Amino acid sequence: MQAGIILFPGINRERDIAIALESSLGHKPKLIWHRETTLTDIDLVVIPGGFSYGDYLRAGAMAAQSPIMRAVADHAARGGYVLGVCNGFQILTEAQLLPGALLRNQSLRFLSMDCHLRVERSDTVFTSHYQRGAVFRAPMAHGDGNYIAAPATLDQLEAENLIALRYVTPAGEATPEANLNGSARNIAGILSPNLRILGLMPHPENLIDPLTGGTDGKPLFDSLATIGLATIGLASIGLASIGIA
Amino acid sequence: MTQPVTPDLARSFGLSDAEYQRVLAIMGRTPSLTELGIFSVMWSEHCSYKSSRIWLKTLPTTAPWVIHGPGENAGVVDIGEGLAAIFKMESHNHPSFIEPFQGAATGVGGILRDVFTMGARPIANLNALRFGDPSLPVTKRVVDGVVRGIGGYGNCVGVPTVGGETNFHPAYNGNPLVNAMTVGIAAQDKIFLSAAAGLGNPVVYVGSKTGRDGIHGATMASAEFAADSEEKRPTVQVGDPFIEKLLIEACLELMATDAIVAIQDMGAAGLTSSSVEMAGKGGVGIDLDLDAVPQRETGMSAYEMMLSESQERMLIVLNPAREAMARAIFEKWELDFAVIGHITDTGRIVVRHQGRIEADIALQPLADQAPLYERPYSLPTRPAPLSLPADPIGLDAALLRLLACPDLAAKNWIWDQYDATVGGQTIKRPGQADAAIVRIPGTQRALALTTDCTPRYCAADPEQGGAQAIVEAWRNITATGATPLAVTDNLNFGNPEKPAIMGQIVAAIRGMGAACRALDFPIVSGNVSLYNETEGQPILPTPAIGGLGVIDSAAHATGIAPRHGDHLILIGATTGELGQSLWLREILHREDGAPPAIHFAAERANGDFVRAQIHAGHVTACHDISDGGLLIALAEMALAANPVAGLGLTLTHTPLTLPPHAFWFGEDQARYIIATPHPARILAAASAAAIPATQLGHVEPHQHGEAHLTLPDGKAISISALRSANQRFFAEWFA
Repeated sequence: MQAGIILFPGINRERDIAIALESSLGHKPKLIWHRETTLTDIDLVVIPGGFSYGDYLRAGAMAAQSPIMRAVADHAARGGYVLGVCNGFQILTEAQLLPGALLRNQSLRFLSMDCHLRVERSDTVFTSHYQRGAVFRAPMAHGDGNYIAAPATLDQLEAENLIALRYVTPAGEATPEANLNGSARNIAGILSPNLRILGLMPHPENLIDPLTGGTDGKPLFDSLATIGLATIGLASIGLASIGIA
Repeated sequence: MTQPVTPDLARSFGLSDAEYQRVLAIMGRTPSLTELGIFSVMWSEHCSYKSSRIWLKTLPTTAPWVIHGPGENAGVVDIGEGLAAIFKMESHNHPSFIEPFQGAATGVGGILRDVFTMGARPIANLNALRFGDPSLPVTKRVVDGVVRGIGGYGNCVGVPTVGGETNFHPAYNGNPLVNAMTVGIAAQDKIFLSAAAGLGNPVVYVGSKTGRDGIHGATMASAEFAADSEEKRPTVQVGDPFIEKLLIEACLELMATDAIVAIQDMGAAGLTSSSVEMAGKGGVGIDLDLDAVPQRETGMSAYEMMLSESQERMLIVLNPAREAMARAIFEKWELDFAVIGHITDTGRIVVRHQGRIEADIALQPLADQAPLYERPYSLPTRPAPLSLPADPIGLDAALLRLLACPDLAAKNWIWDQYDATVGGQTIKRPGQADAAIVRIPGTQRALALTTDCTPRYCAADPEQGGAQAIVEAWRNITATGATPLAVTDNLNFGNPEKPAIMGQIVAAIRGMGAACRALDFPIVSGNVSLYNETEGQPILPTPAIGGLGVIDSAAHATGIAPRHGDHLILIGATTGELGQSLWLREILHREDGAPPAIHFAAERANGDFVRAQIHAGHVTACHDISDGGLLIALAEMALAANPVAGLGLTLTHTPLTLPPHAFWFGEDQARYIIATPHPARILAAASAAAIPATQLGHVEPHQHGEAHLTLPDGKAISISALRSANQRFFAEWFA
């Protein structure tokens, strides 16, 4: 499995996610400069967190117009895998690879704290190493994480089971108190209809080492390591979808 | 600007008549406007340290592990494995009152540049903040703006903000303090200095374009405030953390090559101080052609360009053979890159603009004849010790009231707005340990980082207060298991032309120096901020200390949260020091008496003992005892252990020789609380080493639905009551 991290000016968690990917994949991901126009031999495109273009105009709006994003869209259209974290999620919505938008946090303040996330489905390449319904902890660090979409879009996301992660209490309840940034329906992460694109606001890449507070985020990267192991990948998805994983 | 240069104009630029006479003598003629501007900023208090320099020289600055002490852009210490920690703290006080968001933001930006200009990737930011009376609307506005400014800049550049401290006192009503600290890591053989060299070498400007912002900011920072400070808003700079992030990456990319001869950021006094200092340190001359300076406004004069404090700019002397490669790197990062001059052998700075020579000054007298004042000072009289007051309210009520006071209130409202995890190396976040712990990337080592000062002690007795700031920083590092290495300081005081203020400065430096020598904890960098007065009212003397230590095995880094089954042991002696204590202030509304005595030998012995116990693996948690005393420290440990654990703390010790309030709320120094599953081992080791150790109680799971802190008299306070008291201040203030 080869992962490639897109580097936009102002991105700042590229090293964090490279460390997380390397710890699960066993090799370094490629780094792809934003002026590139093609993606070759990349299975998984990762758009990391940060402040691409300083969040000027709107978070993610300028990066979404970058040359490399045409290649990312082509990659997605071919059924390639894409992971967008924090600013990466914002860029994916601005590029319309995922629906909805991320507004200012309800408190109108930057939020840096741990949140708890419930895994809404485990039959994806992003979440196969979690149990469905499992609750895990992840740091969040954003000013614009308040997910919003038209009610019909939200209904469709629910109906098609495309909500990957929700903000919950440590006990797993999706309460208003657990929904720190005010996101619609406690949504922390969503999937594309083909389950190959995931966007999420929190940072599982910052919780992969007991020394820095825990390993709650590591299963996400362990899950990604199965990409390309075609038969195993399909097998695990199959098992999960019938409720075994 | 075409106004004629006169003694009046010189005075309005902040030069005294005597200083202006010296300018005339050096120049041998009336200086041009640009020349007068250069003299006035280089000789400002902010740039020349003219009031503090003779006293700063008395501070210890060397140790076998110090690579570069004061004099470079930041201090550099050996942290093992061929790596160096590069760090400094700097104030942005005056701008942060005039325009809190931009003032604080550009304070962070400036200190970041001081560190990465030496070749270090910044890995942590900290801060030390002092605000006025919380009941004033202006204080709320300043707190909100400063916190947003620090977060807005630090979060965007992707450097975690991992620690800090915040106090409130009416003495800061018109003059808040914003002291920002950055720590970076570099290879010891890739450290970049600022001394220019190489006849004909190109002088290159990189970063943002120059505008009219911040003109004369250094002079503003060298004068008292009057009620019209709002009118000074145009002197505050505007920051762009996005550009700073690009500048960090571009500079580090260039630093990986052999292109750089010398580099310095354009901080206070911008192009003037960077070019003058680089050429002066190198003993060379410098010619600047201002027509080549990237400008974002039209019609800027030489004076304006030389004095502008536009942010996110660096000056580099390049190896000429590498100019094209360097240009390509900055173009890749979409930053301006302009050759604006070259190095000469004239020993002069020559500034050309639109075909005219706007300035031509000999560098040596500009530096050597800079004013240096031995200002008259009167040392403060030491306050009499407090005679022990009676306790009017009891331990439990005092505990809850103290936990709710602004100085002890939980500061998570602040740090929750700062990204503490970016970089993926943060081992102990704010609130988890006495010092922030950040792993040194690629190693098993970690740095322990803290900022400390207790201004009310400094006001009562500046010498003791100066010493206390140092020993508390040393203790906070020690309590994590790390070995303290070195200090950066940020000396914030009032108007040094007043003998009483100058006396505070002299006494505080004396106390700091004694503590640093006693603990082998040298000062390697720092900043002085004077004239912190508004309408003649000075701030409390505030020598803020940034401490740095290293722990060889990051896995041993110890926090303050005890575990089930632990026993709690007090290390150090308690005599019940209530003078200048928070108990005295919050319960009896008195700010008097002598601050707690500092015993260097006890600090060293107790700290070395605690560190050894941590390294031996006997310690689950450790917390130093400072503001509020022993019971506050225990309550903080109880809060840190919950809610995850649901643990109660039961205190069983009854002091025999002291009244309970003096024992539990006294602020005696040189003390720690250790949580350990092996109390007998700790007590035996302490006894063998003649270290005072007292068993206080133990940690146990809650039994009746809710965990409690149980006092020796049997009174129990629920952890949730402690937490709501501790959270109330910020929750209500910013509800």
